[in-house]
Amino acid sequence: MRYGETVAVDGLSLEVARGSITAVLGPNGAGKTTTLETCEGYRTPHQGRVRVLGLDPEARRRELLPRIGVMLQSGGAWSGVRAVEMLRHIAALHAHPLDVDMLVDRLGLASCGRTPYRRLSGGQQQRLSLAMAVVGRPELVFVDEPTAGMDPQARRTTWELLEELRHDGVTTVLTTHYMDEAERLADHVHVIDRGRLIASGTPFELTRASGSSTIRLVVTEPFPASAPASLQAALGEGTVVQPVNEHSLLITGPADAGTLATVSAWCDREGVLPESLTLGQRTLEDVFLQITGRELVR
Amino acid sequence: MSSTTSGGRGTFAPAPGAAPLVRMVRAQARMETRLLLRNGEQLLLAVVVPLVVLVGGITAARHLDLSFSHSPVDTLTPGVLALAVMSTAFTSLAIATGFERRYGVLKRLGASPLPRSGLLAGKVGALLVVEVLQVVVIGAAALLLGWSPALTAAGVPGALATGVLGTAAFASLGLFLAGALRAEATLAAANLVYLLLMAGGAVVFPSGSYGRAGPVLSALPSGALGAGMRTALLGGGFPLVPLLVLAGWTVVGTLLTARTFKWE
Repeated sequence: MRYGETVAVDGLSLEVARGSITAVLGPNGAGKTTTLETCEGYRTPHQGRVRVLGLDPEARRRELLPRIGVMLQSGGAWSGVRAVEMLRHIAALHAHPLDVDMLVDRLGLASCGRTPYRRLSGGQQQRLSLAMAVVGRPELVFVDEPTAGMDPQARRTTWELLEELRHDGVTTVLTTHYMDEAERLADHVHVIDRGRLIASGTPFELTRASGSSTIRLVVTEPFPASAPASLQAALGEGTVVQPVNEHSLLITGPADAGTLATVSAWCDREGVLPESLTLGQRTLEDVFLQITGRELVR
Repeated sequence: MSSTTSGGRGTFAPAPGAAPLVRMVRAQARMETRLLLRNGEQLLLAVVVPLVVLVGGITAARHLDLSFSHSPVDTLTPGVLALAVMSTAFTSLAIATGFERRYGVLKRLGASPLPRSGLLAGKVGALLVVEVLQVVVIGAAALLLGWSPALTAAGVPGALATGVLGTAAFASLGLFLAGALRAEATLAAANLVYLLLMAGGAVVFPSGSYGRAGPVLSALPSGALGAGMRTALLGGGFPLVPLLVLAGWTVVGTLLTARTFKWE
């Protein structure tokens, strides 16, 4: 299935699979918006080639635009226009738009439907902007920082909508600097920094690759002094067992089923009763920190 | 191009496509008309200021014993209609477009199926609707004040042509302003130019009343628009020279706009 696009910011090359959610993740100024705007035909790449749905986004923009949905990072509506009025207007520019009332309900915009755009909260403006991106029933949507500044409830609503779009066969490319958003939503994550692709893969691949996860074992009775050594022996090479205190151990290594099975078997053999067994998943945040040496902060 | 994905048939299943151009332009014109009419300051400019000029001018003529060859209302109304066209096609359009640029509306619509030509057509449609409303209101007020326009076979099409070409000339200049300056600067400049032209641009009063500056003022779009309306509605003639001047300004304004306009 090759129905994607190649994007260039600074030697950046990436493809997007149809019907998936792709996250372009990176700190501010990484080139996320530039990447998106190049795909949307707003910008001309100085070098390289961009194809969106097989089309050159600049030369064949008129063909492309009806097929894509665009959510700008901010603005995009008249200050005096009412929320639903704006959405209806964008809907009227499309041949087979979604039912506006349904979309308004789904995104929780009914209560502010008659509110002028300038009086909407930041989160309401974001949701309206997302609604404008999807109302034309596009094949592909570009969403720039979809949940920036949203409250948790609105974020969940937005995520659910994006997941339903994927379910219904819409391809989504989103930028974000929220790790949890990329981990929760994306099938594929491209981490970019300073206009360059620094890591790429599924969230699972990225968080598991080139490093280890942690397992924290907490027990009800204090461990015997020999416990760390005997667990280390049971797990073998590739993992490191460190005592944290008399009730807990930290196991660093691949957090896979085999390791867990070994730990359970060891507990059974030693007669210790686990109170909790916590997998300390490496997050994308850790990945970014590890690759760039910098934190992914706004 | 092939699609091999399962692609659900749910609520959001893709069904992309642009609406027919005519429908898009109509939607855009309707939207822009509503927004223009919703804006209090612009309505003030569009209707109240011309009415004040009309009534004030008639009152002044009566008190100051200004010697017009026709009645004051017949002399002033064509120019007041010209002023109304100028306020909408130039000032309102420039300010609205300046803020559309600032708020990313033009950028957003640039990503919609509406082409730029459709956007312009929508704007022109909205201007014409507002101008018709202005002519109805101002014309009705003038008729109540005793206006008797010269409705001749040359004058009526002449007035319509002057209105359309005046709209084109001022709209192209207004878009040039909006595309070149920041929104706040556009707001200030569009209002300032409007005030200056209203006072000294031979819109309401004929260029002949400005002494030696007269010929220069006749070459301004404001002077040509006013003269065209007066030739048509006061004299009942076809205003060929003013129309040529307005056509020239339309070319200048369009070229300037095409060269400099930035959509973002």
